[in-house]
This record gives sequence, structure tokens and C-alpha cells, in this order.
Amino acid sequence: MNTLRNEAPEHQDVEALLPWHAAGTLSRGDTARVEEALARDPELARRYELVREELGATIHLNETLGAPSTRVMEKLMAAIDAEGARRRTPVSLTLAARIAEFIAGLSPRTLAYSATAAALAIVLQAGLIAGVFIKERSGQGYETASYGQSAAQQGSFAIVRFAVLASAADITKFLEDNKVSIVDGPKPGGLYRIRIATSALPKDELAGIVGRMQQDKVIGFIAPAE
Amino acid sequence: MQATSDEVLIARIAGGDRLAMQVLFARHHVRVYRFVLRFVRNESTAEDLISEVFLDVWRQANRFEGRSAVSTWLLAIARFKALSALRRHPEQELDDEKAAAIEDPADNPEIVAQKKDKSKLLRKCLTALSADHREIIDLVYYHEKSVEEVAEIVGIPENTVKTRMFYARKKLGELLKAAGVERGWP
Repeated sequence: MNTLRNEAPEHQDVEALLPWHAAGTLSRGDTARVEEALARDPELARRYELVREELGATIHLNETLGAPSTRVMEKLMAAIDAEGARRRTPVSLTLAARIAEFIAGLSPRTLAYSATAAALAIVLQAGLIAGVFIKERSGQGYETASYGQSAAQQGSFAIVRFAVLASAADITKFLEDNKVSIVDGPKPGGLYRIRIATSALPKDELAGIVGRMQQDKVIGFIAPAE
Repeated sequence: MQATSDEVLIARIAGGDRLAMQVLFARHHVRVYRFVLRFVRNESTAEDLISEVFLDVWRQANRFEGRSAVSTWLLAIARFKALSALRRHPEQELDDEKAAAIEDPADNPEIVAQKKDKSKLLRKCLTALSADHREIIDLVYYHEKSVEEVAEIVGIPENTVKTRMFYARKKLGELLKAAGVERGWP
């Protein structure tokens, strides 16, 4: 970088780091080094302002590029389906190793308490959700078998996993506020099928509603379903 | 509620969890799309490419070793796909010389007006950079990648990352100067 100012190499090195300092991606040590140089060198500080202008313009430019259409997700999931059932492969990740190491480090008593608490939480939540489900269905009054069957198939649906710590009151409030109902579940993985609307919504609209619901603290996971 | 980490999602995807795939896609697809779009400059091609990127993730999740962030891995795959697409359809990449040719502001009232809005002109000059320079500026400023991560994505040494970033910024300054904005650097 022979066009950098004729200064000590360490100063040139600091100047080269300014873009990463502006983006906040430097290590703690380098950050301290750059901040110290900025505090004592007004010219460097002026150049840092230029970097910050570039940062803002780059973010603005990228944010105006828009987003891909929903067909991308559909195409991807269709391609995944086309690949057929996958063989469940054991995961040999560093992370997995770390988790295993962490669990192995816990005392048997701690593990037992944790497992019991987790199991109780899941069973409790399943029971509470089942209660909500039954309560909803019991309030529907008389209906013929054929009506119930066809009605259950009509509308727009999503699959949802509620947050582990969500209470029955939270879930009931969520269902009421969003005017949705549980129509099936729990399925493997603690998943429930919920009806978002009684009519078939356009995919974009359904995705938008599901996206908003994902922000709710009651929701652990949610995705549109057929 | 704490979001599931990308690494945990990848582990689930390796086990065939489609829902984890959807979560990972929802989390990263827009940024990956924008990264690819800046290469290929064609929205339809960019959409096809990100679908390929995530399909590769589905297929190769069990090979992810966690040595880098998942987003870094995604961008590295995306870059490879984008460059391969450009090799197949080189006409999609604008001629850098033409793109870099900022018009004489004295001849163009629109540009004269833009000079009053420095940030708008700065964005115009950013789009006029060469592909290599655009890429590194996007990775550092927009994708918030460290020197080490950029080196991994682009496949160049860390010192080259710093040098390339310096020259990208220098070129940007020259384009601004040609358009009538003197920043006093480089």
C-alpha cells in the first residue's frame, strides 16, 4: 500500500483496519489499537468519517436490492422433496462434540433434575394445549361427521411448535388474538396444525401472516402448511 | 425466547429436518440473494442460484465442521455458484470499463444535481466498481465479515484482503473525484 501516508508501518496497518472498525468486526485488541490511534490523530479521524460514509452508502445500496420472490422457497422445498427420504446421518460436528462434552460434565443428579424438569415441561404443555384444543372443540356444538371432516380440510393452515416456556394462558391468548384454532396435534416434535383462516389464502398473504406470528414469543417455530 | 443457533440448525438439517432448513432459509436467504445479485445482476438468475445454494446446504450439512460461521459458509457457496454462472453466461457481467465510466458532470444536469447529494453519488460510484472491488466492499461493510472471514470466502490471504479493500476504496475515491467530489483521500 505505497499510497498510504508516509508514516510508520503500524500506522498504515491501523488505517487499513478502519473499514472493519466501522463495521464492528475487529477483535477487542485491534479495536483498542484503532480507537487509540483515532483519538490522537485528527487526520486519521477525518478519514474514518469517509469510511463511515462508505459503510452507510453500501448498506443503503444493498438494502435497495429487494428480496427474492416466494417461489424460491417453494422451488427449494420441491427439490428437497424430490431427493426423497434421507438417511439419518450421525452428526459429527464440533458443536455436537462440545454439547456432548458439556452434558458429560454435569453430575448425574443435575442431569436427572434437568431431564425431569424438561420432560415435565413438555408433558405439561402438551396437556395444557390439549385442554385448549378440547375446550375449543367442545364449544363448537353439534355437527355431522361429514361436516366436521370437510370443515377440517378447508382453509389455510400452518404447523407450529409453541415455545417450551409458553403457558396455557399465553397460548390461549395467542389463539384468540390471532383468531386461529388448533386442528391437529401434537405430532412428533411437539408440532400442532393450526387453522389460520377458514378460506384458502393466497400464498403471499399466508406467508405474511405466518411471518408476523413468528415474532410472537409464544411461537417456537411456525411454517405454512398444505 | 432465544433463537436456535445456525450451527444447531445445520446439525438438524444433517439429520434430514426440513423445518430446520426452512428456518435457516428464512434467516439468510435475503442477504445471500443480494450478495449473488451483485455478481450476476439478474434477479431471476440470482433466485435460481440461491435455491441451488440452499440445496447444497441440504446435501452437505453433515460435512459442515463448524470452523467458520454458517453465514460465511453460505456466502462461500454462493460465490462459487455465482462465478460458475458468470462463466456460463459471461454477458451478465457488465463490462467493468463501461460501468466505471462516470459521465462528465458538466455534461449531465442529473449528475450535477447528484453532486448536491453526496451519498447518492457515492452509491452510484459503488455500483461502478469492478466485481472484485464491489465484492470486498459488500463483504466488509454489508455482510459484516472480518478479515479472516473475507479471506475464507474469497479464497485469498488475509493481507491480500486488506490490500484489496484499500485499493477498492482508493478506486472509489477516484470515481468520486472524476464525478466532481474531492474527499481529500487518497
